[in-house]
Amino acid sequence: MLPNLPRDEIKDIFRRCLLIRRFEESLIGLHREGGSFGHFHVYIGEEVTGAVAMRMLQPDDKAFTTHRNHGHLLARGADPGRLLAEIMGKATGYNKGKGGTLHALPGELGFLQTSAVVGGVIPLAAGAAYASKQMKKDFVSICLFGDGALEEGAAPETFNIAALWSLPVIFLCENNSLGLGERKSSDYSGSTNAARHLNELVTPYGIPSRVIDGTDAAAVHQAMSEALNRARAGKGPAFIEAQTYRWAGSKPLWPDLLTGITDLTMAWDKGKIPQEHRQWHEKQDPVLRISREILEAGHLSREQILELDSEVRSEIGKGVLFAKESPLPDPQSAFENIFA
Amino acid sequence: MREISYAEAVAEALSEAMENDPRVCLLGSYFFGLSPRRVLMDELKEKFGPSRIQDTPISEIGIAGIGTGAAMAGLRPIVDIATASFIFQAWPQVVNEAANAFYMSGGQTRVPVIFHILHGLRGGGAAQHSHSPQAMLWNAPGLQIMLPTSPADAKGLLRTAIHSDNPTVFVDHSLLFEVKGPVPDGDYRVPFGQGDVKRVGSDVTLVATSYMVQRSLQVAAKLSAEGIQVEVVDPRTLVPLDKETILASVAKTGRVVVVDECHRSCGVAAEISAIIAEEGFSSLKKPIKRVTRADVPVPFSRVLENAIAPTEDKIEAAVRSLVS
Ligand SMILES: Cc1ncc(C[n+]2csc(CCOP(=O)(O)OP(=O)(O)O)c2C)c(N)n1
Ligand SMILES: [Mg+2]
Repeated sequence: MLPNLPRDEIKDIFRRCLLIRRFEESLIGLHREGGSFGHFHVYIGEEVTGAVAMRMLQPDDKAFTTHRNHGHLLARGADPGRLLAEIMGKATGYNKGKGGTLHALPGELGFLQTSAVVGGVIPLAAGAAYASKQMKKDFVSICLFGDGALEEGAAPETFNIAALWSLPVIFLCENNSLGLGERKSSDYSGSTNAARHLNELVTPYGIPSRVIDGTDAAAVHQAMSEALNRARAGKGPAFIEAQTYRWAGSKPLWPDLLTGITDLTMAWDKGKIPQEHRQWHEKQDPVLRISREILEAGHLSREQILELDSEVRSEIGKGVLFAKESPLPDPQSAFENIFA
Repeated sequence: MREISYAEAVAEALSEAMENDPRVCLLGSYFFGLSPRRVLMDELKEKFGPSRIQDTPISEIGIAGIGTGAAMAGLRPIVDIATASFIFQAWPQVVNEAANAFYMSGGQTRVPVIFHILHGLRGGGAAQHSHSPQAMLWNAPGLQIMLPTSPADAKGLLRTAIHSDNPTVFVDHSLLFEVKGPVPDGDYRVPFGQGDVKRVGSDVTLVATSYMVQRSLQVAAKLSAEGIQVEVVDPRTLVPLDKETILASVAKTGRVVVVDECHRSCGVAAEISAIIAEEGFSSLKKPIKRVTRADVPVPFSRVLENAIAPTEDKIEAAVRSLVS
């Protein structure tokens, strides 16, 4: 479902979804052409969660993210060219080539740390919320992390403290493990958690939680509104578990376009949906889902959807060009930024 | 003697240990990281099943402590932390529990556990996946530290570790997996505290650890063609450390470069240099040189990573500076 928002805002959410999808598709393409980015993780399948949630933040709000950060960054307005440049280790990247895909950080957009240590950002986000409270500021802190992070000891320690001290922090857990079967050595695991319901892990601390379908824009919007209101009112932390299916292309060791380049016409032309990965195209792909919903609601026509998509693709194209043409950093810059 | 790869030698040691001793078990199964050699772990899992090779949640402090406690109670667990940087999540259990237990119990509690970590620069790992924590671990008395560099050493040292009653950190490096070499048959062991001269030379001693041994051998081969004869000494274990082999080589050459992947300050090379300065000063013809990782968090971009890394170029330049 779509949130009850004006057409322009819906269109903006949709645009962000497309931007993320086309960015990740281009990235996988560049990797295939031989780009070496180190091990990288894409946000395909989770776009709606990020696109809806991140645009609800105020400019002052602080955000913390993980190895699977591209979507969060783009959803909050990161420039695709500078993000890609960072992933390619270029001097023009957000971190001047020091971070790469694992640590890409547009600080100007309120991101404070992109940590690839699973669970690493959970205490940090609570820390930013503590600072907000101590300094009597209005900003809230959002912690984006995967289901796996709940297996780390940092998680329960932080939940306890955040609840005890009523910290204005939102724990947005993106559980992308739906549809993950038995694990092979080449995969990362789905949740290996004895808790059957991940949200119940915060219940003993009195932290309210919502379990939502992460591809349902209205549900994300509703859960985020509640969490933000609560945090801003000084009532303490909230926990959201946004569930999504693991995109087939994210299961192999290196992301691969197993479901092809997204064809938006599948949203209205069922005949185009191939037998292989049918479930994905029909039900699980959040970008196709929101396309259908936007059509049904009459916010955009088919033509307008395709037009928006081609705008986004040309923006990504420019970003790719920018990143490719950007220079590598000066080797000496390795010795800069060690201390402030 | 048959030649196999380093990764195969490690897998063989694990397999034989689990066959021979029901107390040996594995917690965690990313022994070969994401390298193509990870199929070796699939084979072991198939052979021994989950009762012996346990996949774990992403809970380093939990598995390190469970492995340590299980060792205290009679098992011989091998805890696979995989990427060395994640041993920091397990730090309290490794350095404050496992390392201390035997001593602080007055010799009562034995801790036959092995922690396996994949350390070092591997190209694009950036700051949070590239640590070489062996110097930090060396600063926690009570831990044995092994860093094999050849297939035979990997298998022989791992066997020694499995039979040891002390906690051991297996400091491993994914860039070694494909190194090939002869491996003896049968139940041979490489004792701890016995270094190995990996190449004999008379002009300069290169003391190198882990993957840096391979780099040093490359440099030695290259310089040999020019008439500079480099001796490459591989301590193989840091705790216990074979000072004698290092000092004997320095006594012979009078010139020494210590090569290691830790950051420079308080790193492995710093400690080895201090030992040479204290105990081998009279044989030195030139000041000791160190080639290490710079004191900089590891940057992502390859050009930057290269700028801070102990590369072959830097090793070569250090050797040349001692003979010119
Ligand atoms: C402390 C730590 N342990 C292990 C890893 C290796 N690792 C990287 S991603 C990952 C899986 C994380 O799962 P989840 O938190 O659900 O995030 P997802 O990749 O599914 O978005 C693991 C185990 C790590 N990065 N950090
Ligand atoms: Mg996950």
